Amino acid sequence: MATEPGRDAAGAVVRIGCGAGFANDRMEPALDLVERGALDYLFFEGLAERTLAHSQRARHAQRDRGYNPTLERRIRLVLPACRARGTRIVTNMGAANPAGAAAAVLEIARELGMTGLKIGVVEGDDVSHAIGPDHRLADADCTAGAVGRQMIGANAYLGAEPIVAALDAGADIVITGRVADPSLVVAPLMHHFRWRADDWQRLGAATMIGHLLECGFQITGGYFADPGRKEVPGLARLGYPIAEVAENGDATITKLAGIGGFVTRETVLEQLLYEVHDPAAYLTPDVTADFSAAQIIEAGQDRIAVSGGNGRIRPENLKVTIGYDGGFRAEAGISYAGSGALPRARLAASVLVERMRDVHGLTEPLRTDLIGHASLHATAKAAQGIDADYRDIRLHATLCSGEERLARALVDEMEGLWIAGPAGGGGVRGQVIPTVMTRTALISREAVRPKVEILVA
Amino acid sequence: MSDMIRLSEIATARAGDKGDTSNIAVFVSRAEYWETVRAGLTPSLLARSFPDLFRGPITRYEIAHLHALNFVLENALEGGVNTSLNLDTHGKSFSYLLLDLDIPLAPLNPENRREP
Repeated sequence: MATEPGRDAAGAVVRIGCGAGFANDRMEPALDLVERGALDYLFFEGLAERTLAHSQRARHAQRDRGYNPTLERRIRLVLPACRARGTRIVTNMGAANPAGAAAAVLEIARELGMTGLKIGVVEGDDVSHAIGPDHRLADADCTAGAVGRQMIGANAYLGAEPIVAALDAGADIVITGRVADPSLVVAPLMHHFRWRADDWQRLGAATMIGHLLECGFQITGGYFADPGRKEVPGLARLGYPIAEVAENGDATITKLAGIGGFVTRETVLEQLLYEVHDPAAYLTPDVTADFSAAQIIEAGQDRIAVSGGNGRIRPENLKVTIGYDGGFRAEAGISYAGSGALPRARLAASVLVERMRDVHGLTEPLRTDLIGHASLHATAKAAQGIDADYRDIRLHATLCSGEERLARALVDEMEGLWIAGPAGGGGVRGQVIPTVMTRTALISREAVRPKVEILVA
Repeated sequence: MSDMIRLSEIATARAGDKGDTSNIAVFVSRAEYWETVRAGLTPSLLARSFPDLFRGPITRYEIAHLHALNFVLENALEGGVNTSLNLDTHGKSFSYLLLDLDIPLAPLNPENRREP
């Protein structure tokens, strides 16, 4: 195995690793990353658009919950190695309850005998009190109250500054709720290099690095492989990414040797535009970042140099995600195989639609897909109209309703097709899950007051 | 009528979502085809090819030195991850919807061939 580069004692280069790119991301590669990665910082990103609304709901149900349920396991796994190596942890997995998450982590630290460990808690993103029914939405031409669903909560996207404050105060672990994902990387860099909060060029460059890392495996070979066209070595054992960042904001994206995946010009390029709209105006609370002049250059095996990230003055307002009760989503399916599978599945679909409408009184949309013929791209009509002898078809049906009764009815009706549907139907499965929906609004910075607290084990 | 080429033979793509807006970034992996893709893969081709899916405004951004095009498609996710009844609520598979498109082949001029 290749010798891993060590930490830079002079502090000219900061090594930041991503140890989770979504709420339920893989655990064990994060420990490997800490043990062999010589990291200054490790971050866990775990708050997709809707995750926080689910967390708010969990906290309403139980006051001491509402943070990522995997956080304690992750911390227990990596904390001893982080403590031994001086690697500091930053995470937004505090979700709807950063203080509750910090209390749980404090407990773990004490159990492990880590006296003196400092935990920074960043709060103030919860702006539920400030978003009234008359607040205008940014993604629909109406007010928050006109959505017509029960509001669960509202969270503003905080930036790097409160995390920097926690790191400045010596926090070994910083736990936040909603912050912009790239800020989890921008903050350690601001702290380490003492960048000013209006150094738009460096903040833009750092935001680009944070953006590249925040989805974890998506830059080390995940979401990339296409056999015959794009082969990825060791896809089952991908390693998490590392950025080595210099004071001017230039970076090298890399990964550990001896673990699966790779970092290539192509993996970096694909991730550069992931979930980006205008590449010259990527908005975060920290900066209006500009990726349009990015340079992506091979600098060795699994080493890609990125530079050219830029930025302009940060947006005046902060983005807010408002969570609403989304009703009940029901999904259910049944399969048909052999000769005539497609017409039998189509007949089953028509029976299902008729009974949901006429017997149960469903007026909301019911979608039926024929997996094996047309499903994901059925709306685009991209896979239809081909006359072939389909021999393995799954009818998949989905609805979303405010009435749990109707959601249950879909699962029951799908089961009913076993006995009362077309010949040879098998493999019925179905489930009902309570769901959330989100809307976006803007709020002035003055209305949001980030709060930083330090707990000591 | 000009010769056509399938996008998947000369490019890769990655799709992402924010709310009901999808973005599909297309990366031309064979540099000599950059002008072909730039000229042929237009918002109107996307709208024309999938009128029932891509119903909203489509904006195309270009990063020429990286041979990348980024399409931002509003109202393209059947309500988005919140309310879409599609199995693929995020539209992650849209990248391969685009890669199946055929576009007119631009003449391969010597200047194009010299590109890195």
